[in-house]
Amino acid sequence: MTVTQTPPRAPVRPEIRPPSLLRASSAIVWRNLVHIRRMPEMLLDVTVQSVMFVLLFAYVFGGAIAVAGASYKEFLLPGIMVQTMVFASAVVAMGLTSDLQKGIVDRFRSLPVPRSSVLVGRSISSLIHSSIGVAVMAVTGLLIGWRVRNGVVDGVLAFALLLLFGFAMIWLGIWVGSLMRTVEAVQGFMFTVMFPLTFVANTFAPPESMPAWLRTIAEWNPVSALTQACRELWGNGLPAPADAAWPLQHPVLVSVGWSLLLTAVFAPLAVAAFRRRSRD
Amino acid sequence: MTAPPAVEAVDLSKHFGEHRAVDGVSFVVPTGTVLGLLGPNGAGKTTLVRMLTTLSVPTAGTGRVAGFDVREQPDLVRRSIGLTGQAATVDEILTGRENLRLIGSLYGLSRAHVRRAGDELLERFDLADAADRPVKGYSGGMRRRLDLAVSLLAVPPILFLDEPTTGLDPQSRSGLWDVLRDLVAEGTTLVLTTQYLEEADHLADEIVVVDRGRVIAAGTPTQLKDRAGRASVVVTLTHAADLDAAAALMRDHSPEVHVEPGSRRLTAQAGGLRDMTRIAAVFDDSGIELDDLGLARPSLDDVFLHLTGHRAEPGTAPGTDPESAPATEGAAP
Ligand SMILES: Nc1ncnc2c1ncn2[C@@H]1O[C@H](COP(=O)(O)OP(=O)(O)O)[C@@H](O)[C@H]1O
Ligand SMILES: [Mg+2]
Repeated sequence: MTVTQTPPRAPVRPEIRPPSLLRASSAIVWRNLVHIRRMPEMLLDVTVQSVMFVLLFAYVFGGAIAVAGASYKEFLLPGIMVQTMVFASAVVAMGLTSDLQKGIVDRFRSLPVPRSSVLVGRSISSLIHSSIGVAVMAVTGLLIGWRVRNGVVDGVLAFALLLLFGFAMIWLGIWVGSLMRTVEAVQGFMFTVMFPLTFVANTFAPPESMPAWLRTIAEWNPVSALTQACRELWGNGLPAPADAAWPLQHPVLVSVGWSLLLTAVFAPLAVAAFRRRSRD
Repeated sequence: MTAPPAVEAVDLSKHFGEHRAVDGVSFVVPTGTVLGLLGPNGAGKTTLVRMLTTLSVPTAGTGRVAGFDVREQPDLVRRSIGLTGQAATVDEILTGRENLRLIGSLYGLSRAHVRRAGDELLERFDLADAADRPVKGYSGGMRRRLDLAVSLLAVPPILFLDEPTTGLDPQSRSGLWDVLRDLVAEGTTLVLTTQYLEEADHLADEIVVVDRGRVIAAGTPTQLKDRAGRASVVVTLTHAADLDAAAALMRDHSPEVHVEPGSRRLTAQAGGLRDMTRIAAVFDDSGIELDDLGLARPSLDDVFLHLTGHRAEPGTAPGTDPESAPATEGAAP
């Protein structure tokens, strides 16, 4: 290599002013967003795949699924959006594992940044990632006839519930991402967990048509409460039938509760696992 | 009160379960000097560097960097150091310039400084042309250089380099050595690990030899060579017929003379230069013709063999490290 010769000189040491949590996290978010821009395929899981799901269910299976009080497309969209948000945990886990594996996290940790900025930056960019997916779903939905029918306040509240739940799922992702060694392992694990979680629920079909035991599981699934909440807030379906389990009778409140509970369980586990992983 | 040394390890240990990766290592690196941590693969070099750069918490012992305890004051340590890890940890998706910008922000440097210093570094490391291309397309050597440039952005007074030249071709290696010597001339303290005896010999003021987690020798390169055996005077005769006469002559001046069978060469143990000049004078008076007379010191390779009982592994010769074999200059598509 040819190295431009510079004569030895007195070093001018710039002032190192340890960045605030905000500045450090924004820098990491910026970096992750550049990744998304340069590798749009990273968005496939929350865009093209989700759109395919919408079209598949709306036009192929939808005709065979009877729902009360709304068209199947209206019924479907909230479910798909919740699924997208649940996958935020897979997104964050894969990103974190990849950074841990490549030594990027170590590089960040050798710098004078606030300890939490790696996780905060990762979480925010994953939420943005998933929100892009939700936005794509919303546009797709609008094109095929989905509408927000109950006004702005309820409409926004439903999106806020989605984000809150995504936030809870991110802690699950950080936990899994800190425990696993390879991106492939994370992918395998997350998809094994995510699919039953999002399918044994009211996302694609009403639980009333399931066997009793499965229906009980589906109705207590946090995903169902959130989906029911979005449907009711957006006016995409009737309230749950009178014989549905208790969570579906109070979906908004229960969604908030689930999000808080999952955060309370997974956040400490995630932080502990991440700390342990980054001690040796 | 005198200023604390740049880096200090006191009985530093790291155990992974039963396995003692680092086991009671101590050394001191005075400000402005270069310490070479020399050892074979698996010796514990990376683990030592990770503890001193706050990435790994010691099982026992103390590490101090810039006067700060790595365990108690990691934030203050991080303000004083730059680290280039064993694997290049630059971001592949970002361009070279974006990597500098990212790390600059994380050091809390002003944007103006990052822009100016970044351009200078890109120029200095011969990366200016590639600055706006994603790192994915860089060769191994370019990545290494960018990694180092990124570490230098904040002009840290103490720099840790973990096997900085592993996997580089000889030309890139000597180029990097020049850069490192410049940095030291500018007052930077350097701690570098290496498997290459030659590299430690070239760059380090002090060498600490580690094997299986323990320090097995420490000293200047010259001191280490002295430990492996004394210097010797090597005489090459013009005529093989003089061999016996020459041996007799030399025996009067050295306790141990070795004649290489079938050659014209004799080796005599010697204390140093003075013995050599004395032997030279004796030959001058004797009329025996010489082709060559010189002082030979053991190489660091000999030292390593002497200390560890095994040669530095063949796989660790410069540029042939199997793990980083593809990471050589010109490997870019
Ligand atoms: N995180 C870890 N868990 C278990 N063992 C480890 C870990 N890191 C390193 N080791 C072990 O510690 C020893 C020293 O490793 P390392 O410091 O990487 O050596 P070097 O850098 O000198 O090649 C090796 O035997 C290695 O397998
Ligand atoms: Mg190593």
